[in-house]
Formats: sequence, C-alpha cells, structure tokens
Amino acid sequence: MVEVTGASDQPLLVAEGLTKSYGRLAACRDVSFVLYPGEVLAIVGESGSGKSTLLQMLSAQLAPSGGRVSYRMRDGVLRDLAELGEAERRFLFRTDWGYVHQDPAQGLRMAVSAGANVGERLMAVGWNNYGRIRQTASSWLERVEIDVARIDDAPRTYSGGMRQRLQIARNLVTEPRLVFMDEPTGGLDVSVQARLLDLMRSLVNELGLAAIVVTHDLAVARLLSHRVMVMKEGRVIETGLTDQVLDDPREPYTQLLVSSILPA
Amino acid sequence: MYVAVMGGERAIENAHRLLAHERRGDRSVPELSLSQISEQLGLAVDRVMSEGALYDRELAALAIKQARGDLIEAIFLVRAFRATLPRFGATEPVDTGAMRVQRRISSTFKDIPGGQVLGPTFDYTHRLLDPGLAEGGNPAAPALAATSDVPMPRVTDILRQDGLIEPSPVAEEDAPVGDLTRDPLSFPAGRDLRLQNLARGDEGFLLALGYSTQRGYGRNHPFAGEIRFGEVEVEFFAEEIGFAVPLGSIELTECQMVNQFKGSATEPPCFTRGYGLAFGQSERKTMSMALVDRALRARELGEDVVAPAQDEEFVMSHSDNVQATGFVEHLKLPHYVDFQSELGLLRKLRREFADANAAPEMKEAAE
Amino acid sequence: MNAPTYNFAYLDEQTKRMIRRAILKAIAIPGYQVPFASREMPMPYGWGTGGVQVTAAILGPKDVLKVIDQGSDDTTNAISIRKFFAKTAGVETTTSTDAATVIQTRHRIPEAPLRAGQVLVYQVPIPEPLRFLEPRETETRRMHALAEYGLMHVKLYEDIARFGHIATSYAYPVKVNARYVMDPSPTPKFDNPKMDNCPALQLFGAGREKRIYAIPPYTPVVSLDFEDHPFTRYKFDAPCALCGAEESYLDEIVTDDKGSRMFVCSDTDYCEGRQAAGHRGVESAAPHKEAANG
Ligand SMILES: Nc1ncnc2c1ncn2[C@@H]1O[C@H](COP(=O)(O)OP(=O)(O)OP(=O)(O)O)[C@@H](O)[C@H]1O
Ligand SMILES: [Mg+2]
Ligand SMILES: [Zn+2]
Repeated sequence: MVEVTGASDQPLLVAEGLTKSYGRLAACRDVSFVLYPGEVLAIVGESGSGKSTLLQMLSAQLAPSGGRVSYRMRDGVLRDLAELGEAERRFLFRTDWGYVHQDPAQGLRMAVSAGANVGERLMAVGWNNYGRIRQTASSWLERVEIDVARIDDAPRTYSGGMRQRLQIARNLVTEPRLVFMDEPTGGLDVSVQARLLDLMRSLVNELGLAAIVVTHDLAVARLLSHRVMVMKEGRVIETGLTDQVLDDPREPYTQLLVSSILPA
Repeated sequence: MYVAVMGGERAIENAHRLLAHERRGDRSVPELSLSQISEQLGLAVDRVMSEGALYDRELAALAIKQARGDLIEAIFLVRAFRATLPRFGATEPVDTGAMRVQRRISSTFKDIPGGQVLGPTFDYTHRLLDPGLAEGGNPAAPALAATSDVPMPRVTDILRQDGLIEPSPVAEEDAPVGDLTRDPLSFPAGRDLRLQNLARGDEGFLLALGYSTQRGYGRNHPFAGEIRFGEVEVEFFAEEIGFAVPLGSIELTECQMVNQFKGSATEPPCFTRGYGLAFGQSERKTMSMALVDRALRARELGEDVVAPAQDEEFVMSHSDNVQATGFVEHLKLPHYVDFQSELGLLRKLRREFADANAAPEMKEAAE
Repeated sequence: MNAPTYNFAYLDEQTKRMIRRAILKAIAIPGYQVPFASREMPMPYGWGTGGVQVTAAILGPKDVLKVIDQGSDDTTNAISIRKFFAKTAGVETTTSTDAATVIQTRHRIPEAPLRAGQVLVYQVPIPEPLRFLEPRETETRRMHALAEYGLMHVKLYEDIARFGHIATSYAYPVKVNARYVMDPSPTPKFDNPKMDNCPALQLFGAGREKRIYAIPPYTPVVSLDFEDHPFTRYKFDAPCALCGAEESYLDEIVTDDKGSRMFVCSDTDYCEGRQAAGHRGVESAAPHKEAANG
C-alpha cells in the first residue's frame, strides 16, 4: 500500500450526495466522500457503472442533477464548484487541477510541438520568458522519460505511451494540487502500462499530489491509490483502504471483481 | 533613373469606359431590354431577387444587364441598393396555404386534397438542345382549364392533424422579427435568423451542403413533403389606421421537407421539418435550403453535430456569396506591404538556415 | 423605377447613429471588438467596407479626408474610396497626412507622426487575432472575455522553436491597455510602435465580419513577445532610394527583367515631402505625374 505523503486534516475536496440522471437512467446516485491533500483515490467498477460520469461532476465539467462538490481553493476557503464563475473554474483548470484523458488526443494539442504543449499552461498563467519556458518543458520531458531531442516534434509523431506521458507532463507543469485521471493506462500494452504506472507513482509521491483515478484495472488501483471506491450501477457499494478492499473484499460484487481480474 | 508610376485615377476611368463598351458588345446586335430579361430569363431574375433579398423584377433585370449576366455581381448590385432603402416595418407573415398555386407536388402522398399540379417545370423534359429555339418563334399556347376553388392545404398541415409531424414553432406574440441586415449576428442564432441567412444564401453553396447531407454528412432522411410555387398576397399592418392593408402579390416557392422522426421517453415519435422559401420559382434553392435548415436543427433535436451542414457557425458564416466573392476577390488588391514584410522575413530565415547548415559542412571539408 | 437618392456620406442618419454608438462603445473598451450591423456597401466586402462605414459615420462637412492603401494615395483602391467620399459627402480631400483630419488606411500607418484631433480609420479584413488558432467565434469570444491568451503565446513559442524568431511580419498581435489582445489589421509590424500612446484616435472597421474596435488617444499598445525574444521592428538594409529616409517602410520595386531591385518609401506623401525639402536618395528624381486633365 501507498503512504499518504502530504497528509493534512483539512479536506481538499468534498462530494455530497452526487447524483446524475439521464432520463430514467441514474448514471450516478448519491455519492459522497472526502478527499484530503496528497491522497490518491481510485474509483473502480465495471463498464457503465458511472465512473466517468462521477469524475466529470467532480471536475466541474458536468452539472450534477443533485448534490454538490466543494473544493478548497489556494486561499484555504472551501467553495461550492457550482458557485464558481466560469473564469474561476477555467483558472482552476489551468493551475490547480490536472485532467488526464484516456485518449491523449483529447488532452493534447496534436499539431503543436511537445515543448509548446507543456509550456502552454505556463504561458497561460503569465510566464513570459521563452528560455525559461523551454527549460521547464525540457526538464518535464526528462521527468516523464521523453527524449528531450523530441521537444520540437508534435505529439502526432509520438507513440501511444509517449503521448500519455506527454499529457501527464503538460498537466503537472503548473504543480497542481489535484489531478483527475480517467483510465490513464487504457489502450496501452502491458509493458508500457507498467512503466507509466511506475512513473505516475513516483510523481504523485514526489509532488504530494492528490489524485482521483478512474480505472477498471485493479492493478492500477493497487499500485497508485490509498483508498478505493467500488461502484456498481451508479452507486458506491464499498469503500476503504486499498489493501483492505482488495485483499479482503466484503461485498460479493467486489469479491467477484477481485477474483476475476486480479490474480495476485 | 526611377520614375514612380502614377495616374491610377485615369486608369480607373478608362477601365470603366472599356467595361461599358464590352457590356454592350457588338453594336450591330440589338441591345437587350429589361423586359426581355425579366420575361425570357425569368429564373435568373428570380435568383437575383432571392439572393439580393429585394422583390423587384425590373431592378433585378437591370442588375443582370449591368452585370453582363454575372448573377453574383447582379445580386451584389441589388443588395447595395437595398441597403439604402428606408425600413417602414415588417409585413404580416404571408399565408402560403392560400397561395394561388401554379405548381404543387408532393412526393409523400400519391393523391392529396387539391391534387398534384405539375405546372411549368424542366422535370421530365428530355435535355436535348432544341435547334428550333435558336430560330425563335412562338410556342403553342398553354392548355387551359377552369380555375378551381378546391382548397390546397399544405401537406405538412395534413400530417399535423394526426400529430405525425412536429408542430411548426410559433413565434412569440410580441417578439420582434429578427433581422440580420439590421442587427449583428451572434451565435447560437435562432431559427428565424438562420432561415433569413439561408434565404439570402448562395444557391450553389446550399445545393452542395444539402447534397452532402444526402450522402451521409449529417443525414436526416428527407422526403419532399411538398413543393409549391405561385402567388401570395402581402399585407402590411398600418398602425395609423389599425388594420392590415394589401401591398400586392409576389411569387414564391416553398419547400417543406418531412424528415427523420425524433422521440424520447417523454415525447411520442414524430416527423421533423426542414423549411425552404424563395422569391419566384426557385425549386433547387428551396429544396437545398430545407435540407440545410433541417441539418442545422441538429443541436435542438439532440443529434450529434458532426457534419459541415449541421455546423451553424460554418454554414452561416460562409453562405453569403456577396461576402464570399468580396473576400476571395480582394486578393486582387495590392498586398505589397504585407508581401514585403514576408519577403524580408523569409530572406532572413533563409540566410540563417544557410549559415546554420553551411557551418558543419565547411568544418567537415576542412578536416 | 425606384431611382436611388443618397444621404450625406452615403449612409442614412439612422445607420450612422448605430455605427457611432458602436464606435463609442469601442472607445470605452479599448481593443474590444464591438459587433455592429454592418451594411451592404456599394463596394465589395474585403475592399474596405468596414473602414468606409466608420469614415461615413464620423465624417462632417468640414473634415479633410486622406485615403491611403499600401501607404500610397495613388493606389487604385485608395483613389476609388477617396472619390466615393468626394462624391457622396463633397468633403475636401488631400494627400497630405498633416492636412487631413480623417485618414482612412489599408495596411499602413503614415510615417509622419499623427497629432491630437486626427482620426486614423483602418480597414480590417479579419478582426479576430485568435481566428487562425481557433476558428469558432463562440470560443474566441469566450477567450477574450476571460483574457485567456495562452494560445496566442503558443503560436509565438512555436515560431521561435521552429525558426529562431517570432515569424509574424504583419498583423502582429498587440495587447491594448493591458487587457485585450487585438489584431492591428494587416499593417507590417514595422508600424506597431506607432500605435502605442498615439495622440490620434484609431478606429478599426471590419465590414464583412461586422466588428468595430478602437484605440483611444494615448493608450498603451504593446506588441506581444517574450522577455528574451523581444519585439523588434523590421530594419531595411538601405535607405529610400528617392528621399534617403532611413526610418521609413520601403516598397521593393523590380526595375528590370534581370531582377534588379530598388527600395523606396511606401508612404508616398512622406517621400515626396522629404524630396521637396531637399532630401535625396541614390535614384532621386521627382516622380512623374500625369497632368490632371490627362
Ligand atoms: N450523455 C449521456 N446520456 C445518456 N446516458 C449516459 C450519458 N453518459 C453516460 N450515460 C450512461 O450512464 C451510465 C454510466 O456511464 P459512465 O460513462 O459513467 O460509465 P463508466 O463507469 O465510466 O464506464 P466505462 O468503464 O465503460 O468507461 C451508462 O449507463 C451510460 O450509458
Ligand atoms: Mg468511463
Ligand atoms: Zn522615400
């Protein structure tokens, strides 16, 4: 199990009774939890269980049908996301938050260079020195194990694994406090996944990042997260410390998940 | 010794004189009269009135003559004139249900109240060049029948009685009529403004977009519910006297497409509509317009916006041929200054490129 | 037939009022693009209809109008627009920058410094500086509203990464009054510094795109750049061949079929003024003018 590094007693994000309905279908029902700074929470569950829906509500990209999400801003005040103005929300998104998409093409500018992809958030918050931006971008490429010689190449010319690492660098460059990830290793082959997971684990540790990771892969949850939430048909059916839930699942559904997918 | 070229003013005057000369053509050939144009090139006049957004056959004919038959240029002339006219108000909506129909067809029902009326149409003519027409002469008089008083309800109204098609949206009583020639357009635009834009839109552009929806770029399964062409009365509500006064009649073509149905858990399924309207007889234009109108309703009807014809900003920003031709043709204007900047920059970049690439080679050569 | 009759300066008074309201709003929010109900003008879109509408809306009978295109009063489009106003407004026209109260321009800012009380009207083809980075109007308006200009810098970054310089030589983006990023119209970046803290009022009209924007007198206008790759004004290798000016923007003239070139001021009024004052370049001669009666 992973130790919480930047632990603090003030919650960073609070979800209360989050619900999302599409007509008669409740994609997500009454989800509540608290996330602390530096804590990594994995949301697991089978396809269609509501994981992505929940993540989008948590990151203010989708308005809930019920319930609310509050976030502690850098000034220490806990704010209801629904009450933030669009400017504030977009500012959060390019400074304090990161969002790693399953499909890197959604999170990158595929036609501009890797350097500019990483540098964009810095420029958006007012960095105005080309040399420093480039230097910072290079050091982030190194950190995510991309050959710095490729800094002027567009992600179009990158492999799937490289794109995903570039997306992570692009998100982390402003040192956010919270990163959302939706199936960050989906679509990659097993050896590439393992390397990426290793990398994410060390970055999360080094930076004391809080993260919410959606995955249907319990190996990802085990490697990255402190806590796990198991979802089924839009509800949270089990939650707890990762090792506890995965080694000793109480719910029959979780037992099924664990036994069918995770051999060790 | 360098001498700067001047005298652009005289060049312009001479160019205009030459243009007038070319417009007239061989002076031994009799000059076209406006009535010849409006009587014998009627469909060109119709198009210029529609896209010029001004119902005046004589002015449209004049514009066609002045533009040497270049219809987009003629449309431009009419528009520029139209922009200077004072605006007294908006007429009452015309009632196309009460149209004095010359042509009316439906592809959805074999027989309809009032019947199918083929009217003047190129459809079913064999497209064989007619040498007889080169000679001229008078064609046979048209066959006549007694006018009929049988009402001709719109096919969509018949479908509406059973709730099989969505209701026509009803405008709010007091809402002002949107006018994209008087107010700046902003997106998303309401359907009133979209239809105005399409009505003025270039026939060729709309034809291509409508065609693209049929080929799968935003498919919406259209049926030509009804196309009708004929005369309608135009009325204007005069505040001072408190009732609507007739202004006269105009010829219109209306196309109502019946499209793919929608429906949901809360709403029963029903057909949807696409609408086209143009001055004169303009079937290609109104049919294309109806296809594009329906495509542009994608968002409102909960469909994915994936094709150009469904993209409101794309369609509305590029449909106007007067705008388009101006901007494309402005490339003829001098761009010396911009070009000089680019030239300077390019030379510099090429110099630097040459220096950077020459250096290592020279080193190698020296070794 | 409905024979046309036209108002002073062509547009009807109601339309002029509408345009003046847009201009006032533009002046109140420097660099912000105000939508306006652009009219169809009797010249094609893309040929200065925005500038013409702005000029028509502000012109009074006592104004003295100068029209330039590419810096020159004698280019065909400049002549055509000048004649339009001479005919529809009957105002006095001039080629002298100094004598003019209203100057309509395409692609240049005059070399002679402008003064308080003058108005410079720019013809603008594409008013949106972010247009080629983001084609959607709904999105670019949001970016302006939230002052999200990171994307603009991404473009500049890419230029430097690829070419070693910011490779934008005209329509070089500026920030107005420390708030809105603005397209200066396709003037060469050489002219950008003239916009900053300028005593004259600068108005921009885009007819086809239906936008008006403004830089009020004495407003800070900063060309976007990086600290370590600062904005530089283009410098020509040689002075004007006719008047010897060192600090003016030059046109390149191909003088024979062997590719010989010479460089002369693009601002013809400025160049002639200098020559009249006795300045000489290597190819000096008074430019030949055809007699007015031809
Ligand atoms: N926009 C939408 N409209 C209607 N139903 C939706 C919409 N988005 C999601 N749903 C439904 O909500 C439920 C939850 O979807 P969600 O995408 O959150 O699942 P998931 O757990 O992320 O699945 P996966 O692991 O396959 O990504 C599904 O039944 C889905 O069909
Ligand atoms: Mg999902
Ligand atoms: Zn000179």
